[in-house]
Amino acid sequence: MLHVPGWPRHRAGQHVDVRLTSEDGYRAQRSYSIASAPEERRVALTVERLDDGEVSPYLTDEVTLGDRLELRGPIGGYFVWEANQASPPLLLVGGGSGVVPLMAMIRHRRASGSRVPARLLYSARSVDDVIYRQELERLAALGDGMTVYLTLTRAQPAGWRGFARRVDQEMLHEVAWPVQESPLTFVCGPTAFVEAAAGTLVELGYDAGSIRTERFGPTGR
Amino acid sequence: MAFVSRGFKGRRERAEDASRLPPGQHLVRDFPVLSAGPTPHTPLAEWSFTITGEVEPERRWTWEEFRRLPSQTVTRDIHCVTGWSRLDTSWTGVSVDVLMEGVETAAEYVLAFSDGGYTTNLPLEDLLDGRAWVAFAYGGEPLAPEHGGPARLLVPHLYLWKSAKWVRGLSLRLDDQPGFWESNGYHAYGDPWREQRYWGD
Repeated sequence: MLHVPGWPRHRAGQHVDVRLTSEDGYRAQRSYSIASAPEERRVALTVERLDDGEVSPYLTDEVTLGDRLELRGPIGGYFVWEANQASPPLLLVGGGSGVVPLMAMIRHRRASGSRVPARLLYSARSVDDVIYRQELERLAALGDGMTVYLTLTRAQPAGWRGFARRVDQEMLHEVAWPVQESPLTFVCGPTAFVEAAAGTLVELGYDAGSIRTERFGPTGR
Repeated sequence: MAFVSRGFKGRRERAEDASRLPPGQHLVRDFPVLSAGPTPHTPLAEWSFTITGEVEPERRWTWEEFRRLPSQTVTRDIHCVTGWSRLDTSWTGVSVDVLMEGVETAAEYVLAFSDGGYTTNLPLEDLLDGRAWVAFAYGGEPLAPEHGGPARLLVPHLYLWKSAKWVRGLSLRLDDQPGFWESNGYHAYGDPWREQRYWGD
C-alpha cells in the first residue's frame, strides 16, 4: 500500500514500473499491476514473490512501512476498464496473480456504484493461493450483480463446491455470458493460461476484438 | 542526490552481458509472451503479405510466393518495453529490403498491420538497409503462433512491440499515424537505448 504524492487518478487495469536503485547506482525495474480502485486514496500493488526473482523478494521481504519507492506510472491504455452505464457485461478470467488487475476492476466497479453485471472466473492452485479470498466472498455476497467462480487446480478443501480443474471449454461455456450478450472480457495470467482461455473463448464464438489479454510469467530465468 | 532503495543490492549480469543491456532492461533466458488479445490462427492457404498505401501497384505475396523469396538467418538481441531482454536470438526471415526492392514511394512512414487488428508505426528508413525482416522461423523452428507465427515483423533495434506479430503487410504512408500501443501510452519511436518507453520519454 503506497502513499504517492501527486498521483494522477489511474484507470483500473493499469500498471506501474517500480525502479530500485542500489547505493552504487545499479538499477532494476519491473512492472506491477495496480490492485486498488481509482477511487482509493492510496495505491495498492500486489506482488507475487518469485524465489529466484531480483525485485519481488526485495519488495516482499525487505521493504517495510516508511520506505520509499521510485514509481513510474500509471501506464497502459488498453487493458483497462471504466464503469459506465453503457458497459456490456464484464467477464474477468484470471489465473494466479493474474487476478490483480482484475481486482482493480472489481474494486472500481464497487467503488463507483456500478451495476454492470460482472463475473470473475479465478483459477488458483489451492485455497491458500486465492488472493483476496475474503474480500471476494464479501463482494459476491452483496448481490449487486457480481458473481465469483473459483477453480482450484491442485488441491481442494473438504466439501469444496467450486470447480476443481484447469479452465476448459466446458467451464467457460458454463461461466461466460451468452455470446449474444457481447461481454467485454479481460483475461490475465501466465502465458499458457491466457493462450488457453482466450483461444477457447474465440472457439466458443466470442468476438476476438472484445477479448483483452495481459500475459505475464516469471521472467527471471 | 539520486534516489537509493534502502537495502537493495540487486543481481548483476556479467559485464559483457550488461554492456548489451539498454537502460532499465534485465536479462531473461525464457521467451515471455505479451499480446493484447487472443492469438489468431490464420491458415497458410489464406495468408498473404501486402505492401500497400503510397505504392502503385500494391505488392502481394501468397505464403508460397513469400517463402520462395531469398531469406537470411540473423542473430540479434531483443528488448521488450516491459523490461526484459534476450541476447543472441536467432531468426530466419525475408529482409524488408527484398520486399521493397524496386518500390518507388514518397512515403516516409509505415504502418505495419496484423491479423487481429494490431498495428504499429515506424519510419520507413528503420525498416531498410538490413535492419528489419519478416521472420518465419525462430531458433531454426517455424515461428510458434504465440510468438507471432506464421510470420512477424522483426525490427530488433526498437522495442519489441514494433516487431508486429502475425504481420500481414506494410502500409506506406506520407504521415506518421500512431499504431495500437502508440495510441495507448507508448512511445511513437521506441528506441531502447534512449529508453523511449512511454509518451513523454
